[in-house]
Amino acid sequence: MGEMRRVYLDNAATTMQKPPCVVEAVTAALTSFGNSGRDTGGHALDASRVIYDARCLISDLFNLGNPKQVVFTCNSTEALNMAIRGLFHRGDHVISSVMEHNAVLRPLYDIEEDQGVSHTFIGVDEKGRLLVSEIEKNIRPETKALIFTHASNVTGNANDLHAIGKIAKKHGLLFIVDASQTAGVLPIDMQDMNIDIVAFTGHKGLYGPQGTGGMAIREGIDIHPLKSGGTGVLSYLKHQPEEMPTHLECGTMNAHGLAGLHASLNWLVKEVGIDQVHAHEIALAKRFYEGLKDMEAIRFYGDYDTDQRAAIVSLNIADYDSSEVSDQLESDYGISTRPGAHCAPLIHEAMGTVNQGMVRFAFSWFNTEEDVDYAVKAVRELATDI
Amino acid sequence: MRQKELRLITTFHTTADALACERACKEQGFSGRIIPVPRQLSAGCGLAWSCEPGKEEEFAEFLKEHGVEFDEMATILF
Repeated sequence: MGEMRRVYLDNAATTMQKPPCVVEAVTAALTSFGNSGRDTGGHALDASRVIYDARCLISDLFNLGNPKQVVFTCNSTEALNMAIRGLFHRGDHVISSVMEHNAVLRPLYDIEEDQGVSHTFIGVDEKGRLLVSEIEKNIRPETKALIFTHASNVTGNANDLHAIGKIAKKHGLLFIVDASQTAGVLPIDMQDMNIDIVAFTGHKGLYGPQGTGGMAIREGIDIHPLKSGGTGVLSYLKHQPEEMPTHLECGTMNAHGLAGLHASLNWLVKEVGIDQVHAHEIALAKRFYEGLKDMEAIRFYGDYDTDQRAAIVSLNIADYDSSEVSDQLESDYGISTRPGAHCAPLIHEAMGTVNQGMVRFAFSWFNTEEDVDYAVKAVRELATDI
Repeated sequence: MRQKELRLITTFHTTADALACERACKEQGFSGRIIPVPRQLSAGCGLAWSCEPGKEEEFAEFLKEHGVEFDEMATILF
């Protein structure tokens, strides 16, 4: 027997395959970088320059307009925690949605308990689409912010940031966007969409290393730091300096990882093009969906009538446990998917899949039509033989 | 879908515990493998250990001896 084919379709968890330039950049950094911001030697400056250039690329990517307002963290969860825990006060209220990941939900539950900050979660329709018309109805005098994911990590459905941004502007609310699934995938224009904070991760649609991520923060927004410590500047101050980005960064930066993110941003924006990547990924997702949609035993979740979505297709086969389906795809076909709850409990409650979970297929630039056809064949076999 | 078989499934509180179980089993030559947690045992995400059914008490003792904490064990069709 030959070796089993391996097809990685868990790209919404992390894009496993990275561009070769990312590997080369991290490798080079590992033998050439000093500690960014800690001295003026050539090696330290090499690290500082790459990190600064990465800030510029992120600022341009989101049309933030100021690279000093780009803060790097180890992932979007850390960024979201910093924003959610550092912006609100007792009595405040925020509006979010059932589409959110635990990276938003758990900090919101925590600040409700610890700081008396209440929340309202906006629901979804039968296809998992946000009920945008419900947002305004739930704004109260004490409402301070709208916190929404750009796209669900479960259904792939994307929210209309223009529409939500208009509501935020009209009512003078902060607008915080979780772009974990969409940074590098769908256009995000902070100025045009009236977004105050974009939290992003480096290792998904940006094709960088795990351990990289951050926040793009509109000027004038003061987030109380979650952490304080060494900054390489103003060492005699007792507290974290007020100046950005130092206000929200301390300790040694993940410069090796950020060198990889810097390379992937250049590759994505200047070599391949975000539109190209998204067009490829969404074409694969569509091919997968089209190849299966006639199967009576398969139930899909999400809105597949639009291309303005993440390249995710989530499904179930009859009433089979999603863990069983995913396990069989892995063990019998070598296809990696993600079953279960995807750390997003409320969307599963809304879609009625708490007990069954869903099997999530997520496509990347490095997947091919052959990968998709192989996965279609596998799922068809499983859904026929029931 | 393949025929379900009776398996002894062990669940864990953390991913680290599941990997400690895998390491201990490999070192002792115990067969089994990591699987996604079956939904009838847990409604969250996570890893579980699947092995031959029938020696639940011995396996629990083995894990204890090797300092591996686990959540629950159940013999189910998977």
